[in-house]
Amino acid sequence: MDALVERLFRHEYGGIVAALARAMGPAELDLIDDAVQEALIAALRTWSIRGVPDNPAGWLVRVARNRARDELRRRARHTRVGDDDASSGAGGAARHTDVASSADVDAIDADETPVLADDRLRLVFTCCHPALSPDSRVALTLKCVSGFGVDEIARAFRADARAVAQRLVRAKRTLRDVRAEFAAPEVSELPDRLDDVLTVVYAIFNEGHTATAGDALFRRELCEEALRLQELLVAWTPTAVPESHALLALMLLTTARLPARLDAGRVVRLDRQDRARWDRRLIARGFDHLARAASGERLTRYHIEAEIAALHAQAPEYASTDWARVVDAYDRLVRLAPTPMVHLARAIAMAERGDVGAAHAAVVSLTRDPGLASTPEVHATRAELARRLGRSDEAARAYRTALQLPSPDPVRHHLVDELTRLSE
Amino acid sequence: MPQYMLILHDDPSEYSDLSPEAMQQIVERYSAWARDLAAKGTLAGNNKLRDEGGRIVRSQGGRVVVNDGPYAEVKEIISGYFIVDAPSYDAAVEIAKRCPHAQSRGRIEVREIEQLE
Repeated sequence: MDALVERLFRHEYGGIVAALARAMGPAELDLIDDAVQEALIAALRTWSIRGVPDNPAGWLVRVARNRARDELRRRARHTRVGDDDASSGAGGAARHTDVASSADVDAIDADETPVLADDRLRLVFTCCHPALSPDSRVALTLKCVSGFGVDEIARAFRADARAVAQRLVRAKRTLRDVRAEFAAPEVSELPDRLDDVLTVVYAIFNEGHTATAGDALFRRELCEEALRLQELLVAWTPTAVPESHALLALMLLTTARLPARLDAGRVVRLDRQDRARWDRRLIARGFDHLARAASGERLTRYHIEAEIAALHAQAPEYASTDWARVVDAYDRLVRLAPTPMVHLARAIAMAERGDVGAAHAAVVSLTRDPGLASTPEVHATRAELARRLGRSDEAARAYRTALQLPSPDPVRHHLVDELTRLSE
Repeated sequence: MPQYMLILHDDPSEYSDLSPEAMQQIVERYSAWARDLAAKGTLAGNNKLRDEGGRIVRSQGGRVVVNDGPYAEVKEIISGYFIVDAPSYDAAVEIAKRCPHAQSRGRIEVREIEQLE
C-alpha cells in the first residue's frame, strides 16, 4: 500500500470542485460539493480496505465526476416526469433544473476532466463573489477551494457548525440566484474583485496567526492554506500585481517567525524569541516577493505591513531593530488603516524607539476603545509599559485585568509568568 | 498455518460529516496497519465490497426471489474483509483489535477459515 501525499484529500478538493464547476457552472456548486464529498467518502471506504490506487487524485476526479453526472441524470429524469404531469406547481424547480441539460452531462462525461490551475483561480473568484457577505466569502473559499470541513471552518471562526453549514447553503444559493459565472473577472473589474480576494486570504491568515484559540497545529494549517491560495494568485499573470506580492511577502515573513513564537506551551514575545528558530527559507522568499511588490504606484496596507515584517526579519536581534523606520511605517499604516490594533502596534514601536511615556499614554487611551478593551493584548501591553516606567502596582493591575479576559492557554501562561516576575 | 477472515461491518452513512483531512487520517491509519501485516507476511488477502447495489437471493414460498439488499433490512453492511495467517484464534483477535476498523465506527467479525486437510 502506497502512502498518501500529505493533505491530499484537502488539497485535491478545490481542484476537483473547480474542474466540475467549469463543466457544469457555479450554479451547481451545491451538487458539485456533495459529489466531491461523496467521492472522498468512497475513497475513505475503499482505500482503507483495498489500499491506495496508483493515481489517487485521478481516482477521486473520476468518482466525483461520475457522482455529479449520475445526480444530473437523476434530476433530468425527475424534470421530465414533472413536465409530463404539466403541473404548474413544479415550475420553479423545473426552471432551475433546466440547467441540467444534456450538454452539461456530456461536458462532464468527457473522459478527461483535467484539473487546471486556472480553474482553481476562477473558483476563488467565484467564492469571493461581490454578491456574498465578507464572512460568507471566507467560509465558501475555505469549504470549496481549500477543502476544509464544516467543523473545521466553525472551529477556525469559533462559530456554531450548524450556522456555518447554513451560511454555506445560502452562499451557494446566492451564487445560483445571481447567475454567477465561472470565469475570472473582466479587466475593468479585476482590481476591485482582487481586493475582495486578498481580503479573504488575509482574513484566513490572520485567523491562523493571531492566537485566539489554543490549537497551535490547526492554526498553522490556516496560515499554510492562506499561503497556498496567495501563491496561486501570484502564479497567474493578471493577478500577479504588486499588492498580491506584498500580501504574500507579509504572510511569508510572518509565518517564518511561527516556530519561535511558542516555547514550552507559552507564547514568546518578539523581544524574547530565539531568532535562530526563524525559518530563513521563508524569509528569503518573503524578501523576494517584497522586491516584486515594489513596482507599481499603488501603496496598500499589505505593502506597509510587509515592510514592517521585513524590518523585524532583517534585525539579527531585537535590540538592533531599526525602530525609527518601524514607527515611520506605522505612522503611514495608521493613515491607511486606522484600526485600534494598528494603533496598539504603533504604540509598542514608539516605546521601543524610546518614547515609553508617550506610548504608555497612547495605550491607556486605547484601553477605553470598546473593541480593544475586551482583548488581553491591550492590557498586557499597558502592564509592560507601566512596568518599564516603574509603576509596578499599575502593571500588576493591568496583568490581572488581562488574565480575566478569555485567552488561549499559551497566552494565559505567559501572562501568569509576567505577573509572577513582577512581584519577584 | 490457520487462516482467519476479518469481516468488516459498518454503516456507510456514518462518514458524511467528516472533513477531508479527517478522512485522509483514517485511510492512513488503515494503511499503516495493513503495511505492518504485509511486512510480517501475515496478510493473505483483502477486498472491498461495493456499497451500492447488492441483491439478496432466497427461496420464498417454493420459488427463488431476488430483493435489493442488504440495505432494506439493516443499516450495517459488510464492507469488506481481510484474510490473515495466524497461529490461533487469540492471535487473529489480537490482529483485529489493532485494526482501525475495530477502534472506530465499525465492528469486526473474526472467523477461522475451514481447511480441508
